[in-house]
Amino acid sequence: MKTSHVKSTAITPESIDEAGAIAPSPVADYALGLGDDALVLAQRLGEWIAHAPELEEDVALGNIALDQLGHARSLLTYAGSAWGKTEDDLAYFRGESEFRNRLLFERPNGDFAVTIARQLVASVYFDSLYTALADSADPTLAAIAGKAVKEVDYHLDHSVQWLLRLGRGTELSHERMQRGLETIWPFVGELYSADPYAEGLDGVAVDPRTLQARFDDVVPRLIADASLTVPAIPFARGGGRDGRHSESMGPLLAEMQVLARAHPGARW
Amino acid sequence: MTSPGDSGGRETWPLWEVFVRSSRGLSHVHAGSLHAPDEIMAVRNARDLYTRRAEGVSIWVVPASAITASDPDARGTFFESPQGKEYRHATYYTESEAVPHL
Repeated sequence: MKTSHVKSTAITPESIDEAGAIAPSPVADYALGLGDDALVLAQRLGEWIAHAPELEEDVALGNIALDQLGHARSLLTYAGSAWGKTEDDLAYFRGESEFRNRLLFERPNGDFAVTIARQLVASVYFDSLYTALADSADPTLAAIAGKAVKEVDYHLDHSVQWLLRLGRGTELSHERMQRGLETIWPFVGELYSADPYAEGLDGVAVDPRTLQARFDDVVPRLIADASLTVPAIPFARGGGRDGRHSESMGPLLAEMQVLARAHPGARW
Repeated sequence: MTSPGDSGGRETWPLWEVFVRSSRGLSHVHAGSLHAPDEIMAVRNARDLYTRRAEGVSIWVVPASAITASDPDARGTFFESPQGKEYRHATYYTESEAVPHL
């Protein structure tokens, strides 16, 4: 994309690569988990393109997917610097058990309400995560987070606008939005549980447990604003950071990786 | 402003005309149109559709139904009167040599 008329000093995967910053190994492990969260969500959102309820929503979800893909590219590029791997090596040539994304992000799109519920939970999480990570002692992580947080603000707004409209809309839209929240709710628990790769990285990584208060403060209020009910559903098992995924992860990876694996090293 | 979720009994989204101002000091210029359920979502959709490459500093959306347009079939008579009236253009002055860039 030609952006020569836009003056920007924001961090990009290319600038991380050119700067030659090498991530210390524990930081790389941590960044890989965050990068996988963003990458897998981007892939899921991309599945909506040409399938959204309206053309305008196709573009909105596609834009959010591209923002997420941008975060993933920066995080994977930085993680790969520790192991001599590129973002493509990490995205296309790892198997399912090597992916560390938390299970929320691989949940199938379902109907539009399920996607909005997943996006709401994801955006609140990313917003508080990147806000905290922007103060990281690791300058590359801090720069990636500082750029991402502005984009995630907009993603959150998009989810909230739809939550309100579907929740307060027709009887059918209300019912499906409530069902969407209930479909996604079991995966909130893992999101705010300890990240094994954040341990020992005080001041560099963010402990997700410290972000739970923001979720508890914001999300029930938004749900009530939309005339919906906070689901009373137990949380599902986690395990995403340890490479234990759900049955829907395999097909997602197959679609994401097939081209790069059929034509290794191809450029376009 | 309508309440979020109030579709006003509509089955389809109304059409909105989008005007984007590319920088301070310039006018808003018509960029195109889009569908959206209400004015809040229309501004957001316009942001996604028409300002992805940093084109704008301000967006207006207007319900297409609120725009009254001239009749395209009557273009001939409607815009005829300036034709052949060159005296309306300031083209008969002698340019002074001492004043550049006129």
